[in-house]
This record gives sequence, C-alpha cells and structure tokens, in this order.
Amino acid sequence: MGKLELLQTLTGHVGRVWSAAWHPTGTMFASCGEDKTVRVWVQADGGDRYTAQAVLTDGQSRTIRDVAWSYCGHYLASASFDTTVAIWDRKSGEFECNATLEGHDNEVKSVTWSRSGSLLATCSRDKSVWIWEIHHAPDQEDEYECVAVLNGHTQDVKKVCWHPHDDLLASASYDNTIRLYKQDPVDNEWEMLEPLESHTSTVWSIVFDATGQRLASCSEDKTVKLWQRYGPDNTLGIPCPEQSAVWKCVCTLSGYHTRSVYDIDWCKRTGLLATACGDDMLRVFREASDSDPNEPTFELVASVEAHTQDVNKVVWHPHTPGVLLTTSDDGEIKLWQFSEAD
Amino acid sequence: MTELENINPNVYKKCEDRKLTKDDEDEDVADPFDEREIFDLIRNINDPEHPLTLEELHVLEQSLITVDNAKNTVHILFTPTIPHCSMATLIGLSIRVKLLRALPPRFKVSVEINPGTHASEHAVNKQLTDKERVAAALENTHLMEVINQCIGTPLK
Repeated sequence: MGKLELLQTLTGHVGRVWSAAWHPTGTMFASCGEDKTVRVWVQADGGDRYTAQAVLTDGQSRTIRDVAWSYCGHYLASASFDTTVAIWDRKSGEFECNATLEGHDNEVKSVTWSRSGSLLATCSRDKSVWIWEIHHAPDQEDEYECVAVLNGHTQDVKKVCWHPHDDLLASASYDNTIRLYKQDPVDNEWEMLEPLESHTSTVWSIVFDATGQRLASCSEDKTVKLWQRYGPDNTLGIPCPEQSAVWKCVCTLSGYHTRSVYDIDWCKRTGLLATACGDDMLRVFREASDSDPNEPTFELVASVEAHTQDVNKVVWHPHTPGVLLTTSDDGEIKLWQFSEAD
Repeated sequence: MTELENINPNVYKKCEDRKLTKDDEDEDVADPFDEREIFDLIRNINDPEHPLTLEELHVLEQSLITVDNAKNTVHILFTPTIPHCSMATLIGLSIRVKLLRALPPRFKVSVEINPGTHASEHAVNKQLTDKERVAAALENTHLMEVINQCIGTPLK
C-alpha cells in the first residue's frame, strides 16, 4: 500500500467548497463554493505552501459550482447556479470579470476549456450542453459565441470534459449516461455519438487519461467505470459505425466506495486514479502491472479519511507527481502527497 | 386555493411526550442521538396541504427511522398519504432541511419514500438524494418560504 500524507489545510470559504482547479503552471489554483466567491491561492515564494491571493466576489449571485483555467493560463471561468458563466482575466493586473456568458435556462453545473483554447463548453440543469467559440483579439474585448446547443441528455447534466488533445467533448448526466460530441468535418456541425450506458444512477464526473483513448467515470451508484475507445481498425472485431469510434466499458470498480462518488481525476503524469467520495474518503487506484488493456485491473493503493464531510472534488497537480488537492462540504481544501510503499 | 389532493386523509393520534429520566439531567452521561430524538425533531413538521402534522397523518413513524450515532448516519422512510401525492418531494425536502438545521454536520441524512407507497418512488428518492439539486432548491426563495412554513411551529 502507498500512503497519503496531508501537506496543508486551507480555510477561507464559508460553507461547502464545491470545486477547485490548478493553474496550468501548478504554482496556483482557484476554488469556489456555496459562498458565491472564487478564491485564488498562490505558492508563497520559494516554499511549497499556498496562501490566499485574491477573493473574487460580485461576479455571480448564487453558488459557484465549478471553476476552470484555460490552458494558456490567462483566463479563469466560473459556472454558477445563477445560470451564468463568468470569465475572469488579469489584463488590468488584477482579476476582473470581463465577460459573462448567458443563455442557460437553469443552474450551470460545469465548465471546461478545450486544449486548443478556442472552445469552451458548459452544461446545465436545463439538460443541455453548450459549446462556445472564443474570439480573442489583441486590444479588443474577447468575444464568446455559442456555436452549438446539444440536447442529447434527458436530465440534468452534471459535468463536461474535453479530450486532452482533440476537440472531442464528453458530458455526464443525472440520466445515468455519458455522451460524446464531435464536429462533423463536412459541415462543421456538432454531432452526438451514441450514449455510453452502464451506470445505474447519476454520473457525477468523467475524465480522460493522458492518451485520450480511455475515459473514467464515477457515479451515485458507488462505482467507477473505465471506458476504452475502439476505432474501426481495432483487432477485436468490435463493429464501428461509419468509420467512427465506439467506447466500451472494460472495467467496473465496485465494492470500494460506500457512498456516492462525486469526482474522479486521472493523473496525466503517473496514470493514478483518485476519487472523491460522499463517505469523506479520498482513494487512489493504480493499474496492475499485468493488466490487460481490454480487461484492465486496478488496485486500491491508498485511502484516507480526508475530510469530516463529503469530499466534492479531487485534482492531481499538473506537474508534481503524487500531489493532489481535495475540497469538501466541511469548508476546507486540503493538499496531499501520495507516495508508493517502499 | 386549489382543490386538495387528498380531501379526507386518515388522522392518527400523536404519541406521548418523552419521559424525562434522571440521566437526562446528568451532564456526565453521554447522550447519543437515538430514533426517538430524531422522531421528536421532525414529527411536528406540518403537512403542506392540511393543518396537521406529519405524525398525525402517519407520514412519519418512529419505527421507520434508523440512527447509527457512531457511524453518523440517519435514515428516514416516509409514507405519502396517497400513492400519487404530488407533495412527496416537498415533504421529503422539508424533512431534510429540518434535520440539516437541527443535527450536527457530521450526520449523513438520507430521506426516502417507504418502499411501495408511491407511484414515482424511485424518481422522488433520486431527487432527494442529489445534494447538488437539494442545495440549488435551498437557494430558491419561494420554495424556502413554503418549506419554512412547513417546518415552523404548528399553526395552533
């Protein structure tokens, strides 16, 4: 077994902390919650401890459910129950809200930037997924144009996540399914692929691995599932319609979580999977060394009672292997170091 | 006022107040939460339609409450008065809000419909379990007014 060591506990939010996101440099991160604020935490000079740098208020009038940094690191998006998404930047030196995206009919649950930086996706209680195109112009205001409204889900959409390299979007919903979306190269219209069905309750979160060939999902049904992409050239003879790929559930991790699994992150550097659970625990899984890619096996390598209430979010540090942060209903953010057993 | 959904609900007697024992006044005796204490917290919640409590309508019964003080769990089953009751979610939400305010935050509270007593039991349970949707509902001022009326003191 490996171990999880607590590095730092950060307080400041009032009430539940819903989400957090590392800046691409890994020297700071943003968090958000019930108190309608976004907080930015930076690494103090030379040390590895983080301190509060800015509290962004007045952007949104209800709970802020999710935050996301653009890959360039210049923009921060926050999604709120007030139906809006705010875009913050530091063009003036201080964080300022310089754009507000409106259009969803109901609470916005998640926001995510594409790898290229030219697309943003949002999803909402109103069952839709929206894709926004970003037009950055030097010395002018940035423009965000909605290029697609995707109505594949039949219920509340909980999470959106872009593929690590391609403009392929995934979404997870209260309707128990995961959906994928891509642009048709002929007419540039966004289209939906067949839904990924296997979970028996709400899918709370999804994440791709570093290659983008695999997807992990976590659910209210207390399981984690791993999905593998099979293209038309696959050697297993899995049929693929119209030369596109299909995603198959190749592994289910059950029996580890005693309550809803609210978040999952797949470390792009180490391949480790971490989960945030309603039983207050943080768990880390590692793929077995003799794992068959078509029937992979994952082992629980560490777990810790991370918080005194539900853990809502878990994110691996973008550069330092083994460092991760968690946020909780108990109002705290914690930084952890995972290390392998000797 | 719109027509009542359930015009003539069965009304039952309230239970006796809990008898105080010597230990209750002894500060040195550990006093973990038990089923009766949870029942006392919620039995006087008002029905959204009738000037009656959830106890009087047998929506709540002590025997359908499970508490594990050490494991921090409280599980409540409630019985809607009719199988098509459109107030079921509101009643469940009122129970959740009452316990959210009354119990220490360490408790994980689950509120579900007594199996087999409601036509949309699964859908209602799923909504009541979804803490994100419950959180959003609690930010709805109109809904909170209704819930606060239900969990306020009886209108007598």
